[in-house]
Amino acid sequence: MSFRKLSLLLLSAALLFTFNAPTHAQGNKTLVVFAASSLTDAFNEIKPLFEKANPGTEVQFSYGASSTLATQLAQGAPADIFASANARQMSVAQDAKRIAGTPRTFAKNRLVLIIPVTNPAQIGTLKDLTKTGVKIVIAAPKVPVRDYTDTMLDKLAKTAGYGDEYKAAFLKNVVSEEANVRQVSAKVALGEADAGFVYRSDVTPDINDKVIALPIPDAVNTLATYPAAVTNDSANPELARRFIDYLLSEDGQKLLLKWNFESVIEDAPATPTPEIF
Amino acid sequence: MRRSVSSPASILLVTVCFLAVAFYALPQIVAVVRGVATRGWEGLPVNGLAEGIALSLYTTALSTAIIFLSGTPLAFVLARRRFPLRRVLQVIVELPVVIPPTVAGLALLLTYGRQGLLGPALMVFGVQLPFTTAAVVVAQVFIAGPFYIRAAQVGFASVPLEIEEAARVDGAAGFALMWRVTLPLCAPALLAGLTLSWARALGEFGATILFAGNRIGYTQTLTLFIYNVWESRIDGAIWASVILLALAFVALLISGAFARRAEAIYR
Repeated sequence: MSFRKLSLLLLSAALLFTFNAPTHAQGNKTLVVFAASSLTDAFNEIKPLFEKANPGTEVQFSYGASSTLATQLAQGAPADIFASANARQMSVAQDAKRIAGTPRTFAKNRLVLIIPVTNPAQIGTLKDLTKTGVKIVIAAPKVPVRDYTDTMLDKLAKTAGYGDEYKAAFLKNVVSEEANVRQVSAKVALGEADAGFVYRSDVTPDINDKVIALPIPDAVNTLATYPAAVTNDSANPELARRFIDYLLSEDGQKLLLKWNFESVIEDAPATPTPEIF
Repeated sequence: MRRSVSSPASILLVTVCFLAVAFYALPQIVAVVRGVATRGWEGLPVNGLAEGIALSLYTTALSTAIIFLSGTPLAFVLARRRFPLRRVLQVIVELPVVIPPTVAGLALLLTYGRQGLLGPALMVFGVQLPFTTAAVVVAQVFIAGPFYIRAAQVGFASVPLEIEEAARVDGAAGFALMWRVTLPLCAPALLAGLTLSWARALGEFGATILFAGNRIGYTQTLTLFIYNVWESRIDGAIWASVILLALAFVALLISGAFARRAEAIYR
């Protein structure tokens, strides 16, 4: 009898506790930003600057492949801002009726070929990627950086000296399709892959000493454009708009440039473009 | 005191059980219903599903065999022998259960990867693990093995030593003792542990994608396939998940039948 009473007492205490547990932070206004993996370092640096300029705010980031984030948004995941690495995944979110207003492009990026510093497969040019046994790692289908890689391959297929055979040989050497761009850079940085395709901005100080970046000629490269938009059920739409304004401001653009993105401001310094090799 | 069916304790028990069963059953029911209702099989990409199923079955069969052959002696020694650092060894062998799978995958890369600790040594034998099917098996053995080792340990420890003593008196010794007396007595426990570890290997994702990579036909198991599909066709992904559920369901039913047989014969 007393054991029964005791267990009933403990059970009710546990239930009371769970229903009174705090489910969200008190006081601060929170902004949840769904951002493409390639924006990780730049946005982490923007966070304290934005919070300082807007006291009482807390910015939380959810990084991932834009395709993953768009799917989560389409399934109703709560967020205030979506910063995608291409327009296609932004359309996915728009089609799912999660976006309010017009997305604004806040950054641009370019593809780059990275190889480990040890260069185990002796890669020097794009042509070397089709040698037998080269381990190429790219992103999985639908991830924006993969879309850009596919466009590059299609452009190369139309280029003299490469053709369709290049694309076929390239795809034969692909040993893994990673979930997001940072997993691609990680595999190359760890030396497990011989080559990988990532954004210029992904060659961060963290992996700078582990990889070599080989530029891709503009003729076959794509200018990746990053749109950002406020969701239509944001609890703080004005604050969210201010975050995107900050990205587009001179300070925001300078910070993005620092992380090797390209600016959307017209008279920002341009980076030299290499010849085709 | 007379036990009444409608006593407060009974009602509470039934309620808790009902809620618990509902908690576990509802997601599975919802997945099956949604998969069928939306005709999920029409949303699947052309290739990947058959390869994913084949790869999952093939790799988990291999890893379960390896886990049984390597884990049984280890579990026996851990259960029966006393030696210094025994408890430390026990914890080390159980640790992969609590390590986040992605961390486990990274650790495997750092050890057995091309640039890992044993990378150069493996290369001498012409072995490069990452991006191969063998790597999938390695990841599964690492993640799922501890489940079996733990269950087998408990099984071995629960065999009454008097029975083994009696068998020894009758002349059984060494391998014969193990094969004809000890193992049959632990069969239900070993089987349960093996089933659990097989199921864990089947659902393995994080360590696989990190250590082995993601490539149709080589490393893309059914779990990786589902992850790939869900970003383009959710209904297709749900249907592939239902297939995985069905595979696991059938296997658990079969192993349950074997366990009951073993129990009936040996107890």
